Amino acid sequence: MDGNRIMPNTSRRSFIVTAATVAGGFAVGIGPLSRLAKAAVVGVQPWDTDAHNANEIDAWIAIDPDDSVLIRYQRSEMGQGSMTAVPMMLVEELQCDWSKVRIEYASPNRNLREKKVYGDMFSNGSRTIKGSQVKVQQVGASARERLIAVAATRWNVAPTECSVKNGVVTHTASGRSFRYGELAPDAAKVKLDKEPAIKTPDQYTFIGTPMPRMDVPHKINGAAKFGIDAQIPDMVYAAINASPVPGGKLKSVDESVLANAPGILKVVKLDNAVAVVATGSYWRAKQALAKLQPEWDTNGAGGIDSAQLSKDFHDALDGPMQSARNTGDVDQAIKGAAKTIEAVYETPYLSHSPMEPMNATVHLQADRLDVWVGTQDALDATEAAAKASGLEEENVYIHNAFVGGGFGRRDASDEIIQAIQVAKVVQKPVKLIWTREEDTRQDKFRPHAVVRFKAAVDKDGMPTAWDIRVVTSSILNSVGRVIPGMKGPEPMAVAGLSNNGYTIPNQRVQASIKNTHLPVWFWRAPGANQHTYAIESFLDEIAAASNLDPYQLRRKLLADKPDWVKVLDLAAEKGDWGKPLPKGTGRGIAICEDTGSLCAQVAEVTVSAKGDVKVNRVTVALDTRIQVNPLSIAEQAEGSVIFGLSAALYGKITVKNGVPVQGNFDTYRMVRLAEAPRIDVHLMPSGGKLWGGAGEPAVPPIGGAVANAIFAATGKRIRSFPIMDHDLSGSA
Amino acid sequence: MVNITVNGTQHQVDLEPDTPLLWVIRDAVGLTGTKFGCGIAQCGACTVHVNGQAMRSCSVPIGALEGATVTTIEGLSTDSKHPVQQAWLAEDVPQCGYCQSGQIMATVAFLKQNPNPTDADIDNNITNICRCGTYERLRRAIHRAADLMKA
Repeated sequence: MDGNRIMPNTSRRSFIVTAATVAGGFAVGIGPLSRLAKAAVVGVQPWDTDAHNANEIDAWIAIDPDDSVLIRYQRSEMGQGSMTAVPMMLVEELQCDWSKVRIEYASPNRNLREKKVYGDMFSNGSRTIKGSQVKVQQVGASARERLIAVAATRWNVAPTECSVKNGVVTHTASGRSFRYGELAPDAAKVKLDKEPAIKTPDQYTFIGTPMPRMDVPHKINGAAKFGIDAQIPDMVYAAINASPVPGGKLKSVDESVLANAPGILKVVKLDNAVAVVATGSYWRAKQALAKLQPEWDTNGAGGIDSAQLSKDFHDALDGPMQSARNTGDVDQAIKGAAKTIEAVYETPYLSHSPMEPMNATVHLQADRLDVWVGTQDALDATEAAAKASGLEEENVYIHNAFVGGGFGRRDASDEIIQAIQVAKVVQKPVKLIWTREEDTRQDKFRPHAVVRFKAAVDKDGMPTAWDIRVVTSSILNSVGRVIPGMKGPEPMAVAGLSNNGYTIPNQRVQASIKNTHLPVWFWRAPGANQHTYAIESFLDEIAAASNLDPYQLRRKLLADKPDWVKVLDLAAEKGDWGKPLPKGTGRGIAICEDTGSLCAQVAEVTVSAKGDVKVNRVTVALDTRIQVNPLSIAEQAEGSVIFGLSAALYGKITVKNGVPVQGNFDTYRMVRLAEAPRIDVHLMPSGGKLWGGAGEPAVPPIGGAVANAIFAATGKRIRSFPIMDHDLSGSA
Repeated sequence: MVNITVNGTQHQVDLEPDTPLLWVIRDAVGLTGTKFGCGIAQCGACTVHVNGQAMRSCSVPIGALEGATVTTIEGLSTDSKHPVQQAWLAEDVPQCGYCQSGQIMATVAFLKQNPNPTDADIDNNITNICRCGTYERLRRAIHRAADLMKA
């Protein structure tokens, strides 16, 4: 059985209807999008059909006789817009009509069967665009040249005498032309002597155009299929609780309490979890699970609490460290300094909390496994599913769906493994869904970190040295991918610190890795998301101690990096830096480099007499070097500000008796509309050869910008997050 | 057995009376545009209209809904032409999109009550969570929808 037969993919007819809807939709659109009446489309079920299209030029592209172009997208769509942007890069070379393009996910299974024809298939680290760019441009250029070769052969002319535009090959001298749809079947057979060169950024004509994302029309009418929406005949529902103390094991569970519970098929005992499987509705499984009172072996972690973890981390500040950066002579500079400044910053564990709780739907058969899931890494999912099922990878079919939020969490495949383990027992297709509480508490968390700064300052108040010591946990250890023989701490442990842009002659950055029973993971802008807050706040402390303007101090320390200064200047200018503000309101500024992009932000914050913090406005300047779809980049920046703001204001996972305390959104609070500031994003791509990321670089600066604005408004320095834990009453 | 009408179609629901409307819609009726986010009426991803009122369907037991008329995101329009949907499209609001059915259903009901909302009205009434942080565009889209509905 394949995905196609279970849920027929959107037919050609409905694609036409969809396209008309899109066109109609934008006809009433006002403003810059209205000119983009014609848009490419994606089906409501984005996954592949695992069928080879009859009109394929290669694994990536099929062109039908009516000139419609199918492009297969090989990574994930979780709202970051790459399902639109990656095909844009291909079309830049293919030169076909964007309004005739339709997109589906490339098949991870086919990738395995056909020598990794799609290459990597993950969306993480803001690498989808830059990691795909060369490959998809080459795929598009190659297909274009093969289409030209077919036309040239038919006319008996040289390919160089032909030109292409909008899906039509023209013989320049005679004016004869062929549409791509007329050439495609033969183009599939053409082997080029030499692959064509791909365009350089200065030659782009389509890349860089703001385009509405093609997934959006399906996300306003409920049609877009997420993993949780998979519906399989004879499917049963599973709810699951893993050991509340991470790392614990299931000792026993008394099933007799479910004797009268309706629709219960089975209680499945796993090594570290218990699942209830029900027919008819997920609610039955969820309710029954809540009635169970399993006994757990907590693996010695049942006494751990947050206060102890915090003390352990602080204590380790004086212990041995691994060096990540050591320039100049920090000790000498500090010894001879006019003044020294010292501060310690702390950031807590955080949960990813995507809106779509973790879930997977599996259909396990003797010789084939189908999985419907939203994943950030379909190949990792394939590997994990093969291992859990005992099948060969080539018999595993991951049907990636629209991903209902990733932020790094969906790099892991733990929910898939659980669903397979349950399916093995019940011998039926299983949809397994985590409750929100399970999603929060069984997260692989953003690490806890404690950072100590010591700076030497000269008689003019300028820093001449800083000594930075960080204690945090290893993400690579949790992932199981510790790099053997790696010198120094893993990059995430010092991200935002060792790569700070400031020209301070003596700098030492060191880290101590302290792992706990809590698994930690990549969380949007790993390392940088918390360390940037710390370093940008500490720099503000230096400015305050030296009576210098925080923006001007940064400017001086970045004087030899004109690209940084430009970004900083634009944020300051657009953010009205220096303009008068009422009492109780302040501005803060912060800057970082992350995933190869530069981002500066100015936050304007009001603190009430009661101590309530309101972020009024955030100005973002972002240089991603090159832009594919500026509309999605702006959206990512807006969303990143909110994501980072939830962490700064409210985010913390605490631990009691080894168990993560916060469970649902009543205890793990998110920014809502009422707390959402006005956000102005200013994109300023500086070009060049390096490609920056877009999904993460606007996360790190917001915490520091807000904390510094609070200082400007109140004189109170925020040295730990979340801000809600600080009493700011009467300070403004 | 409970009788409800969902998007104009009558359904007899044979599930326990404590079953939340959300799971009736998703698992019995088979419409998946209404999403599960929290289960405790915190996030609003499951917002539907019950007899014209916006409700968080994860916390409404089906046993209390005999004879009720339910509209889900799928029933809002047949062609995505509802002004709120059009405003969402024009502002390119959704990112991951998971919360957006609920955001749209909450907005439709809100604009019926308050056709000329201020920013403060919107902040006080639209309390659904969007983890992708689409609030900037969402706020603009609500104003745009209000304008479209007057046009």
